Amino acid sequence: MVVRGNRRAVIPMHPLVTALTAIVGEANVLTKPEDLIPYGFDGTAALKSQAGVVIFPQTTRQIAECVKLAASTGTPIVTRGSGTGLSGGSVPSENAIILCTVQMDRILEVDPKNLTLRAQPGAITQKIDEAAGVHGLFYPPDPGSMKISTIGGNVAENSGGLRGLKYGVTRDYVMGLEVVLPDGRIVRLGNACVKDVAGYSMKDLFIGSEGTLGIITEVLLKLLPRPLARRTMLATYNRIEDAAETVSSIIASRIIPCTLEFLDQMTIRCVEDYAKIGLPTNCAALLLMETDGHPAAVEDEAARMMEIARSHGAMEVVAAKDEAEALLLASARRSAFSALARIRPTTILEDITVPRSHLAEMVTFISVIAGKYNLTCGTFGHMGDGNLHPTFLTDERDEEEMHRVHLALDAIVQKTLEVGGTITGEHGVGLAKKPWLKQQLGDSSHELMRQIKQALDPGKMLNPGKIFD
Amino acid sequence: MAATLKQLDYSVLQQCMHCGMCLPTCPTYDATHRERNSPRGRISLMRAIADDDLTITREFADEMSYCLGCLACQTACPAGVNYAELFETARADIERSGIHHDIGRSFWRTITLRWLFMHPRVLRAFGILMGIYQRSGMEAAARKSGILRFLPATLRRLEPQSPRIAKRFSDSLIPSTSTPSGKPRYKVAMLTGCMQDLMYPEINRDTVDVLIANGCQVHTPPVQSCCGSLHAHNGEREMARTLARRMIGQFPPDQYDAIITNAGGCGSHLRHYAPLLADDPDFSALAHQWDMKLKDVHEWIAEIGCRPPTASPFEKPSKVTYHDSCHLAHGQKVTLQPRQLLRLIPGVQLTELPESNWCCGSAGVYNITQPDQSAKLLERKIGHILRTGATFLATANPGCHLQIANGAKAAGAAIEVIHPISLLARAYRRETL
Repeated sequence: MVVRGNRRAVIPMHPLVTALTAIVGEANVLTKPEDLIPYGFDGTAALKSQAGVVIFPQTTRQIAECVKLAASTGTPIVTRGSGTGLSGGSVPSENAIILCTVQMDRILEVDPKNLTLRAQPGAITQKIDEAAGVHGLFYPPDPGSMKISTIGGNVAENSGGLRGLKYGVTRDYVMGLEVVLPDGRIVRLGNACVKDVAGYSMKDLFIGSEGTLGIITEVLLKLLPRPLARRTMLATYNRIEDAAETVSSIIASRIIPCTLEFLDQMTIRCVEDYAKIGLPTNCAALLLMETDGHPAAVEDEAARMMEIARSHGAMEVVAAKDEAEALLLASARRSAFSALARIRPTTILEDITVPRSHLAEMVTFISVIAGKYNLTCGTFGHMGDGNLHPTFLTDERDEEEMHRVHLALDAIVQKTLEVGGTITGEHGVGLAKKPWLKQQLGDSSHELMRQIKQALDPGKMLNPGKIFD
Repeated sequence: MAATLKQLDYSVLQQCMHCGMCLPTCPTYDATHRERNSPRGRISLMRAIADDDLTITREFADEMSYCLGCLACQTACPAGVNYAELFETARADIERSGIHHDIGRSFWRTITLRWLFMHPRVLRAFGILMGIYQRSGMEAAARKSGILRFLPATLRRLEPQSPRIAKRFSDSLIPSTSTPSGKPRYKVAMLTGCMQDLMYPEINRDTVDVLIANGCQVHTPPVQSCCGSLHAHNGEREMARTLARRMIGQFPPDQYDAIITNAGGCGSHLRHYAPLLADDPDFSALAHQWDMKLKDVHEWIAEIGCRPPTASPFEKPSKVTYHDSCHLAHGQKVTLQPRQLLRLIPGVQLTELPESNWCCGSAGVYNITQPDQSAKLLERKIGHILRTGATFLATANPGCHLQIANGAKAAGAAIEVIHPISLLARAYRRETL
């Protein structure tokens, strides 16, 4: 077929492309501009660059060979799953090979005796939970993008989700990993044992390493019995602070619900505009609460949570009438970030997390800052975890406004660090949070992190420019 | 509506924040797992063209042909990206660039888009000739003689699936004015469509019957234009505009309570005349009014309150499953009403079809332009239908109707494909038996 038009930034790696093709096969190498442009970004706003070549390896061995080849030519590799990351972690580094895991998407084994599941890195998060569900089991981490995110990406970013409050994050469910190291060696870390203190917990080093230390090629996950009952409730507020106080009070009452999600008015309106499920659009804030477990415990906790909400100024507290309605509410919440994009062209999302006692203060601070810099901001988040997603709705082509966005972000980060919070609760550092990492960690911790990177990847082969400069 | 990607309001392109929520709902991404075959991938290519980072290449044109235009991504998109507008603008850009130009393709496009579907009388005359060819024994003779070997490969493969042309068209089945027995509650216009008129005119008759049974006076002009949907989807914006003006002229929206369509594909285009005619000072206000009045038949009947039939369309209760036409579900967001109407019919045991809103592969002329991908989607659809154990497959778009009927036949399955409104009409008819 004749290809007309432009073919820029593709040709320089020709011999490398030939060698990569020999490893993964011609059908699994992309080099045309029309194929590469869509790999120039992930789910992060306003970050874009040019991929050099994209490959789709089929086996761990192929990945190891590609890594060796890349190492021998000094070409960096950026690993990518479905490209839904929110910190720019899989945005191409300069002249990098994009190693895309989506074709290694099999769930290899569910072991109901040991409550484990083994999967390839490209397996889709939701499919993993569905496969567990067949055996009455449950994979709790449920990031917003779970319908398409890959488990490899979840592990690399140590993704959170809506159920983090009770069930923790991806790290809490990783029992073992197979990893290809920057020199091409294949290592297996961890195992199916509940207890294992044989030396350093090496698998933990790779969880949340954002593709900078190794390429995850297989995961062994821990599963839980599926909770028998679940109750989903919705509380609406006239004052955001009341919602935050409700959360603090529930936690102080020694209830650990699986979900305590917060949406402010801007977010509620956008979500309702998309999902049309009848959310109240005139309230200042909304809490989506969920408790699961033994039916009797669930009934008791649900009643107490509703009571606490009422006594903290909730205008209305309702329970979802059935599982279908509960699912609708949860998936509407999952769409919050994308739905906010309805308002303005560019959606800059933050991921700060603070100790929960500082939540109300933080929420107020965010609205003050948005006002001070004259910016439109929607805030939502996992309030039970202290994890907030203030989202600035702006236009990347308006330099003056973007400058104000950066000033606001900086102010929010300073405040977060002041109260002992973190710049990222679940999205990772990637490119987007890099400027503030050193400030959070302090010089020695930052240096320690860098030394670990240096020890494992001295050639800066894997995902260069992410986390550190 | 912008003529080219470069003239398009940039915010339409920027609206996509590439979160990836569309990926799992896109049949072509599902098939290949390649970003360029996904909605956000295609939008990134369109943006590259708007940004001058890419020109319109053959690869880009191929990609836009590979897109089914099923609009499942629009349903999935929380950010509210108007993919339909982007897609049609891209296809129009491609046509203007001439990159797909070849003599055979131009010949067929001229015959179909410029001639047949621009002139309703010519289209019917063609239909009559096709009907004679099919029924006179000429078709059988042609198939036997082997002369069809001279057809291009794709057409040769599809020839056995060519639609059966009806003996009589809508104009001889439906009077220009149909009146209910009591005092009319509403006055509506009935759009008979092109393919529906040639292949399934009895569905139009059934639609009018159901409208009358629910107190509507129905105006059905014997000769009607094509709505322009085919033209807009295939990059012929100007012709689509001409046809839209013609439709509005023939059915002035202020004269009706509703303008009714029963074909998902047509409806999805018909109810978006306002953006198409936005720059036309004579028509933009009218087009807005038209869009408000344009209703899918299920939507309208549900809105005015359907009289539940007292009889069953069947001798004994039967399992029915429902396939969402993409352009009814994703293009028009009509998903609940057809199911509600089916549930009202005695003897209908409605069973939900897994992946009911996943494209069947018909997608306009996709089964001709992309036969392999179309066949894969059809196979997947038929598999799901068979597993429901249903004997009736209800669907509300002539393209899906034909595609699924052909698929069921090829699979040797005893499944009757039927429009939901036809089931309702049959039930009403049997009330008086």
